[in-house]
Amino acid sequence: MAETLGILGAGKLGTVLGQLAVAAGYNVLIAGSGSKEKIELTVETLVPQAVPTTAAVACQQADTIILALPLGKYLTLSPSALAGKTVIDAMNYWWEVDGPRPDLTDPHRSSSELVAAFLKKSHVVKAFNHIGYHDLFDEPRPHGQAGRKAVAIAGDEQKYVEKAAELVERFGFDPVYAGPLAAGIRMEPGSAVFGANVAADELKKLLADFEKTKRGKEVFLARKKAERN
Amino acid sequence: MIDPQKIVFGLDSFGDIPTDDANKLMTQAQAIRQVVTEAKVADELGIDVIALGEHHRSEYAISSPETVLAGIATQTKQITLASGVTVLSSDDPVRVYERFATLDALSNGRAEVVLGRGSFTESFPLFGYDLSDYDLLFEEKINLFSRLLEEGTITWSGKTRAALDGIEVFPKTEKGHLATRVAVGGSPESVVRAARYGFPITLAIIGGSPKRFTSYVKLYQKAAQKFGTQTAPIAFHSHGVIADSDEEAMTLAWEHIRKSMVRIGNERGWVPMSRTQFEQEVKQGSIYAGSPETVAQKLAAAIRQLGAGRFELAYGAGELAATKRLRTIELYATKVIPRVREILAEE
Repeated sequence: MAETLGILGAGKLGTVLGQLAVAAGYNVLIAGSGSKEKIELTVETLVPQAVPTTAAVACQQADTIILALPLGKYLTLSPSALAGKTVIDAMNYWWEVDGPRPDLTDPHRSSSELVAAFLKKSHVVKAFNHIGYHDLFDEPRPHGQAGRKAVAIAGDEQKYVEKAAELVERFGFDPVYAGPLAAGIRMEPGSAVFGANVAADELKKLLADFEKTKRGKEVFLARKKAERN
Repeated sequence: MIDPQKIVFGLDSFGDIPTDDANKLMTQAQAIRQVVTEAKVADELGIDVIALGEHHRSEYAISSPETVLAGIATQTKQITLASGVTVLSSDDPVRVYERFATLDALSNGRAEVVLGRGSFTESFPLFGYDLSDYDLLFEEKINLFSRLLEEGTITWSGKTRAALDGIEVFPKTEKGHLATRVAVGGSPESVVRAARYGFPITLAIIGGSPKRFTSYVKLYQKAAQKFGTQTAPIAFHSHGVIADSDEEAMTLAWEHIRKSMVRIGNERGWVPMSRTQFEQEVKQGSIYAGSPETVAQKLAAAIRQLGAGRFELAYGAGELAATKRLRTIELYATKVIPRVREILAEE
C-alpha cells in the first residue's frame, strides 16, 4: 500500500509539492490553516488526486508531514499532533509575508532548529526550502537522467534524513546531505544555496562555500562571539 | 481558443528609471514624463492597454499611477488606462473609486482599476498599516470596492475603515461601471477570491514556464462556476525586451531585466540568477527577450497554452535606455502583435 504523506499549507509551495508527491505515488493529504472547505476547490483543481483535509486529520493519518506554511506561523502548529512524525521543514523566513522577525533570522541558529525545539517530539528534517516552487514544478527528472537537479537536506537523525532523501529522490531530484539541522542555515535566505536550481555537484560546492558568503561570515562571527562569552 | 484578432495586448511599467541619450540616468520626474511619451507612442501604434504599477521605492518613479494615467488620458485617444497594480490593502477603497472614476471621466471611459495585494509591502508602514493584517485588509477592502462599483447608495461596515451608512460616492461613471480586474501572483487563494467577486484576473508570471499556470486558469473557471459568477478570458503579465536581433535583446535583458530581478531578489535573500537560469528563462520560462519573430513565437505558444485573452509586456525593467524602450514598443506594436495573431490563426 502506498505511503501517506501530509502537507500543511495549500499555497504555491504546498500545491506544487502535492503534485510531485502524487506523481511519486504517495497518498497525499493537504491541509490549509483553516477548514477543509476553504481549500477544497484549490486542492481538487491543482492537485486532483490529493485529499483536502484539516491539519489535525493530516497529522493523524500520515507518518510524514511536510511543512509548507509561512515560517512566521510555525507556532500555530500542534506539537502533540506532530509527535513521533517525520516532519519535513520546507519553510523560510520571508519578510514580505512574515514581517520583521529577528527571531527567525538569528545567526546563532537555523530556523529549522527553532522549529525542532518547538516540535520536541517530532523528527525534523529540513528540505525543499531552497529551490523555488516554479523550479520544483519545471525540473523533476527520473533518477540518473542528465541535468537532474538537487535538493539539500539537513537533519540530526540519520534514519529520518534517509526518509527525507527517499522523498526527494522520488519527487525527481538528487538528495544532497548538508549536515545536521544546525547546518540548515547554509540553505536559508542569504546563502548561496537559496534559490539555487543546480545539480548535486554544484549544490555541494555552494554548501561548502557558505563561509565565504556575506551571510556566512555574519553567522560565523556571531557564533564565534557567542562561544567566547 | 479566443479569436486571435480579439486578443488584447498591453504594456506595463512601474516607472523604472531609464538612461537618456547621454547614457545618464534620468531623474524620477523625467522617468514619469518618459512613460507619458511611451504611452502616446503606444496609443498611436494601436496597442490596447497601458498599465502602470504603484511602488514606493527609489528604483521606480510611479507611486501614483492614476495621476500619470490622467496625464496620458488627455494626450491619447484609444488606449485603455490601467493600473498594475493598485495596492488596495494599503489604500482606501472609496478614494480608489473616486480617483479612477475621475480618470474614467477624463479619458471618456478608458480607465481600468487593477487591484492587487502587491508583491512589495513598503506601502504598509508608509501609510500606517500593519503587515499582520495583510489578509484582513485585502479581504475587507475588496469587498467594499466591489460594492462601490455598483455606484449606488452604500451601507458597509468593517474593521479596517470607517463605516458607510447610506452614502453615495462621486463621480458616477458614464458606463455605470468602472472596469476592474484583480492581479494575482499565483496564490490559489487569490484566484478563488477574484472569482468569488466575478473579477477578471491577470496572472503575474515572472518566472518559470507558463505551463504551471494552466491549472490556475482551471481553478479560476471552476471557482467562478461554483460561485455562479462570470468569467472573462485571463490576462497575463511578463517581462521582456524586443530588439532587432536576438543577440541584442539577450544582452539588454541580461543587463537590465536580470539586474532588476537580482536587486529585488537580494533583499529577499535569493541567490542571483545565473547565466544558465537566465537562458532557461528566455528559452522556456517567462522572460520575453529576442527579435520580433522569437518573441512572437514564444508569446503565441504561451497564449495558446493558457487560453489567454490578454497579454501585457513589462517593457522597461531596470535601467534600460529610453531609446531601447521605445524600440521595444515599436517592434511590439508593428511586428510582434501582428505576427502573434498570424501564428495563432494558422493553427
